[in-house]
Parts: sequence; structure tokens; C-alpha cells
Amino acid sequence: MRMTQGCFSFLPDLTDEQIAAQVQYCLDKGWAVNIEFTDDPHPRNTYWEMWGLPMFDLRDAAGIMKELADCRRVYGDRYVRISGFDSSHGWESVRISFIVNRPREEPGFRLDRQESVGRNIRYSTHAYAATRPEGERYADQ
Amino acid sequence: MTQTQEQIRETPLETVDLRHEFADLGIGAVLDQLDSELIGLKPVKTRIREIASLLLVERIRQKMALATTFPTLHMSFTGNPGTGKTTVALRMAGILHRLGFVRRGHVISVTRDDLVGQYIGHTAPKTKEILKKAMGGVLFIDEAYYLYRPENERDYGQEAIEILLQVMEQQREDLVVILAGYGDRMEKFFQSNPGFRSRIAHHIDFPDYSDAELLWIAELMLQQQNYRFSPEAREAFIRYIAARKVQPLFSNARSIRNALDRIRLRQANRIVAKLDRTLSADDVMSIEAGDVLASRVFTKGAGAAGEGR
Repeated sequence: MRMTQGCFSFLPDLTDEQIAAQVQYCLDKGWAVNIEFTDDPHPRNTYWEMWGLPMFDLRDAAGIMKELADCRRVYGDRYVRISGFDSSHGWESVRISFIVNRPREEPGFRLDRQESVGRNIRYSTHAYAATRPEGERYADQ
Repeated sequence: MTQTQEQIRETPLETVDLRHEFADLGIGAVLDQLDSELIGLKPVKTRIREIASLLLVERIRQKMALATTFPTLHMSFTGNPGTGKTTVALRMAGILHRLGFVRRGHVISVTRDDLVGQYIGHTAPKTKEILKKAMGGVLFIDEAYYLYRPENERDYGQEAIEILLQVMEQQREDLVVILAGYGDRMEKFFQSNPGFRSRIAHHIDFPDYSDAELLWIAELMLQQQNYRFSPEAREAFIRYIAARKVQPLFSNARSIRNALDRIRLRQANRIVAKLDRTLSADDVMSIEAGDVLASRVFTKGAGAAGEGR
């Protein structure tokens, strides 16, 4: 099942030119662009690992595309996303975030129903990939 | 840019109107501006003219669907202190941007401290960070010879050099590296790093300014600050240049700038010394011979040390 998180995630995967164009848009707006990766696709997993440091003061997308290529070389079997952080007063938050790399196989989620007190039902989603230990979740692809 | 290139490639042309292409790129305006704002520096201007011509020819070749290669634009500026290396490097980014060789046209000006780290594993991220910032523009490394310290074999400068070389080779379209430094030391630097020399296409030597050029520079600087020499002061300054030149630590245009700063101090002091009068704009603008002649350069003979006061 294809994971959908952030911008553009219902579109076909972006090509590198399209990614570069989006990154350039972020830079032109003065946002700091970050590369993050994870192998836990759960939607509530908001804090992904960062690839390097946030990239402040860049002017051109080429530098970020280089970092992205490096990140893909190491973590090509994980989810990688690019986010643009707006540090200007009043925003101080992430303005854009989109997935730029995903594992080839995405096993999807299981829905667990738990009967609790009374006739209440609690729901939880469980990523099939997360049954395996971290770092090995997509390794055999 | 790529899109227009593709559009152009679709319909290869047989003939191209050279004058139209020249006007289209605005090369003439760039070169004229350079001629008017930078004094002397013949070899520099010649090289920029050549680069501009190359761009024009490459554009035309593109339109004719002939093979084009992105030229190597890394440069090395060598010359004595105050010959305008830094000024030209800062200007170069704008020129290359207008000519379409770099995408953004900003300059990241760094020295050894910005590239080389203090402990193991510190250098590579530091250098890469700077390189990322410079992408799409010009990376200007001032006093580049400091990068290499042969006397310390554990120096991290070598690591920075290797990363630089790698990016200079692989991402030629993304950034232009300009090295600057004094002639003899840069020569030594290139001797110990032959890879650097071969990756830099343009080695430009900045000549010293002649007396006339220095005077011209001085007058231009004063004009920009809304000052001017009186005729006698101008004569005195010509003598000042001749006297200052033979003294040690003369650094061309920089010495002239410092001299002018001190002359402005003396002029201000002279004006303030007589409080009981009304001043015209002319009074505060004009520099008199006395302001120039009070310089210590005239009293000390040749061989006196340091910047004369």
C-alpha cells in the first residue's frame, strides 16, 4: 500500500527535476531545507531522522540535490522526505514537506480493533514493516 | 534555461545574425560597465572579453545544433596587494550571472578558517557546507595558499583541498571557484597541488597600477565620496604617489584608499579648527594641498617603514 504523507503524495513520484524545482521554490522563499529519513511509515511518526544538518543560507537547489543523492545512496531502501522550514516571525514552522524516496515494497498497515469497556472499540494501525527491527524493515529488497 | 535550450535544439539554424545575438545577451553593456568602473587591469578585461565571446559562440553553436560543452570557468587571481583581486572576484559573479554561466550570481567569500576544521572529521562537513552555499554562484577563496601547510603533515587543509577538487571537477555547471592570493605564494601552492592548477582554466595575473592609474583611482574614489582635489592638492597627490610607491609595504589601490581616508581626516580637522565662519558645500568638498602635504610620507625618506601618516 502506497504511503501518502505530505505534499504531492497522491501524485506519481516526483522526478529529480521536479524535486529540484520544488526545492528551488523553497529556497527562493527563504526557507531552510532539510532532508529526513525513516523506516517507520506510521502516520503518527512525525519525528524522522535528519540527514545532516538543516541547510540554511543556500541559494541554489544543486547543493540539496547533492545531499539527497548521498542520502539515497545510504538509505535508498527507506522513506526520505524534504521539508522546508520557515523561520520568519509568526510562522516558525515547517511550510512544506514531501516524500522524495520510498521503499520498493510497501507492505501497508493492519487495523487492530480492541474491545474495551462497555461496547467501545479502540482502533490502532500497525505497519507490517514495523514488526521487524529498525534498520531491517526493508533491507531484503 | 534547459527548456529554452531544448526549444532551440528542435530547430537547428543555418545562419545566425551575430550582431543581434550580441545585443540580445547584453554583453556589450557588461563590458562597457567593466571598462568604466575598473581602471587599468588590462589582462583581466581581456580575459572577461574572451569568456564573453566564448559564451556567445556557444549560444550560436547551440542554435545550430552543434556539440557544446560547458566551459571550465574556475579562475585563479594572482597579484600584489591592492591590485583589485577581491574587487574583480566580487564583480565576476555578477558578470558570469548576466552572461548566463552561473544561475544565481551570488558570491560566497571564504578564507581558510571557513573551510578547514579544527579536529578530525570536522573539515569535510565544513567544506561541504560552504560548497553547498556557493552552489549556483561563485565561491571566492581569498588567500588560497593558506589552505596548504606543508610544514604540518597532519594539517586538515589537504582534506579541504581534496573535497574542493572533487566538486570543482564534478559540478562544473553548479559553481565557479575563484582562488586569489599573492603571486609567489600561489605559485608555491600550485606546485604542491598540481591537481589544482590543471583544474583551473583561467590563471589571471593582476599587474601593478601605474602612477597615472593610481591618481585616476584616487579621483574616482573621491568622486564617489563627493570630495575633490583642488588643482594644487592634485599636484601634491601626484608627488605623494611617487613618494609612497618607493616606501615599503606599498599596496597599490589599498594604500591610496588609506591615504585618502587620512587626508579626509586632516581636511575635517582643518575645517573644524576655525569655528567662526560659514561653510559652503564647496568648502567641505574640496581637499587642499595642505591636507595632502601634511603626510609623513613626504618627511620620511625612501625606506621608512609602514603606512605613512
